[in-house]
Amino acid sequence: MSTLKPMPIPAAVSISGLQHHFGRGNLRRQVLHDITLAIWPGEIVLLTGPSGSGKTTLLTLIGGLRHGQCGSVMVLGRQLIGCNDRQLSQARREHSYIFQAHNLHRSLTALQNVRMALEVRGDLDRTTMDHRATQMLEQVGLAPQIHSYPDQLSGGQKQRVAVARALVHNPPLVLADEPTAALDSRSGREVVSRMQQLAREQHSTILLVTHDNRILDIADRVLTMEDGHLREDVRSSDTSVRSTTP
Amino acid sequence: MRAAAQLWQQWRRRTPLGWLQLRHDRGRLLVALAGIAFADVLMFTQLGFQASIYDANNRFHRALHADIVLLSPKAQNLQNLSTFPRRRLLQALDVPGVQDGHGLYVSTLTWKNPDTRRDATVQLFGFDPDARLFNIAEVSAQQHKLKQADTVLFDRGARGPYKATIAALERGETLSTEAERRTLQIQGLFSLGASFGSDGTLMASDLTFLRQVPRRNVGSLSLGLIALQPGADADLVAERMRRHLDNDVQVLTKNGYIAFEQAYWRRASPVGVIFGMGTVMAFVVGVVIVYQVLSTDVASHLGEYATFRAMGYRNRYLLGVVFEQALVLASLGFVPGFVLPIGIYALASKATFLPIAMTAERAIKVFLLTVLMCGASGAIATRRLQAADPAELF
Repeated sequence: MSTLKPMPIPAAVSISGLQHHFGRGNLRRQVLHDITLAIWPGEIVLLTGPSGSGKTTLLTLIGGLRHGQCGSVMVLGRQLIGCNDRQLSQARREHSYIFQAHNLHRSLTALQNVRMALEVRGDLDRTTMDHRATQMLEQVGLAPQIHSYPDQLSGGQKQRVAVARALVHNPPLVLADEPTAALDSRSGREVVSRMQQLAREQHSTILLVTHDNRILDIADRVLTMEDGHLREDVRSSDTSVRSTTP
Repeated sequence: MRAAAQLWQQWRRRTPLGWLQLRHDRGRLLVALAGIAFADVLMFTQLGFQASIYDANNRFHRALHADIVLLSPKAQNLQNLSTFPRRRLLQALDVPGVQDGHGLYVSTLTWKNPDTRRDATVQLFGFDPDARLFNIAEVSAQQHKLKQADTVLFDRGARGPYKATIAALERGETLSTEAERRTLQIQGLFSLGASFGSDGTLMASDLTFLRQVPRRNVGSLSLGLIALQPGADADLVAERMRRHLDNDVQVLTKNGYIAFEQAYWRRASPVGVIFGMGTVMAFVVGVVIVYQVLSTDVASHLGEYATFRAMGYRNRYLLGVVFEQALVLASLGFVPGFVLPIGIYALASKATFLPIAMTAERAIKVFLLTVLMCGASGAIATRRLQAADPAELF
């Protein structure tokens, strides 16, 4: 595998000494303690842990959705700590983010929702954007629904539109925050398999926050957070899957 | 050129998010449009009435065939002119640049309405029937009839039950009625129109006037109307006249006299203030309604907006969406807000005999106010978007 090559490849995500606090004064509370983490290109990494352990905070910091306070967060070669709003907006265009709720815009059709992810980049014309978005929706199996509004789609279909929106611009890094939490096990499985398959085709790196141990098997590595501390699970996902299956 | 083409390209590839969002929620869109149309109708009505007061009260002034007007320093408006000595008019004729000058007597008169035979109040103008004092073709053509004593011309724009009288005069008949126990012959019609201060006007010779208003001294004029030689500068001659005449008379240019009357209705009488306040209230009502609609819209899309921010859209883009909505609402709401007042003006004009009509200037003014109104609402509504990090919007 690529990790065996002697040439040092830059990590997709590389974090060191990251601390994060919420609140001010007496209410100030530390939610992340000295996080150090490296994720390599093409890796699928799962991040688990009890709620309130700081998983989502870590993910939003990597995604540039909140301002970091101290330490170092390098994402796709860009330092996010100390960025201003404009630089963060720029950084967010490089990767993509999948939410627990689908967060599709309900006034836009599936096609228009997916197209919004291309429009923000500003380098394609209308026809190309429509073509790419249609193709992507076909790949997630939604060809008949491309002109449907979110209200007309099932939960699983909506999350698949969200996946299509996240992957349509071939992002080198996909961050997902419990994408299967709102879905039943079958559609959850289906959504994750689509993500895995597309990411493999596009050589994307995936960091996925989840409680859902039904999907642990897709991971190359599983990380666990507890009370703001990050712990790496025993080497690879194989062991963790084995330990949960009789 | 290239920049414009690029902008057009940008525009074409852009998803019209604001419009799609408005269109998606028809109920909310209709409420917003009804609110804006309502505010526009109110503004049009208020501004229309305000303009009509000024127009109606100026029509006499604008119809004067004069460059300079003399009047008493105690004069307040056309209905309260007071008087000044006729000597001053004669002295004014000596000032270089003056061609000629004539006096005008103005008074209110209680006469019997020829239709109903009831008492009614009208305005009576008395002047030398050989002199040209008005730029009203019908008056110039008929004023020779006034040389006959106790003959008057009647204003067809008068407010009140004068339908039969006007119809009879249009047919060329002569009507007689009574005022101050004297018989008056109405020999013709002209158009001036009612104003807030007067229901209608009669034109008569100075002689007829003095018979009708016996308390008035022949040497006490209401107005002195002075025509200048061609090419003379009215401001300059007026200045000379002020220095030449005692200060028991006021000298104004024609424009100055129009402004003088306007100022009276604007300040000394509450009508202008009332309609001005009405316009402001309509504007505020509009801002509140549009703000309600837009802020509800922003609040209900906060999660989606945060998602767009997470995708890399900048806050500026979202502000743009809200302002796009504001602009779309302003434009769509203005259509019914413009059409309805045309009907209201027609009704009001028929009922009050005041000149109220849609003008391009007022339409543009109200449209700009509408855009401003929606823009202001949009600006207030976007405050919730200013949260620093998208993560905090979820």
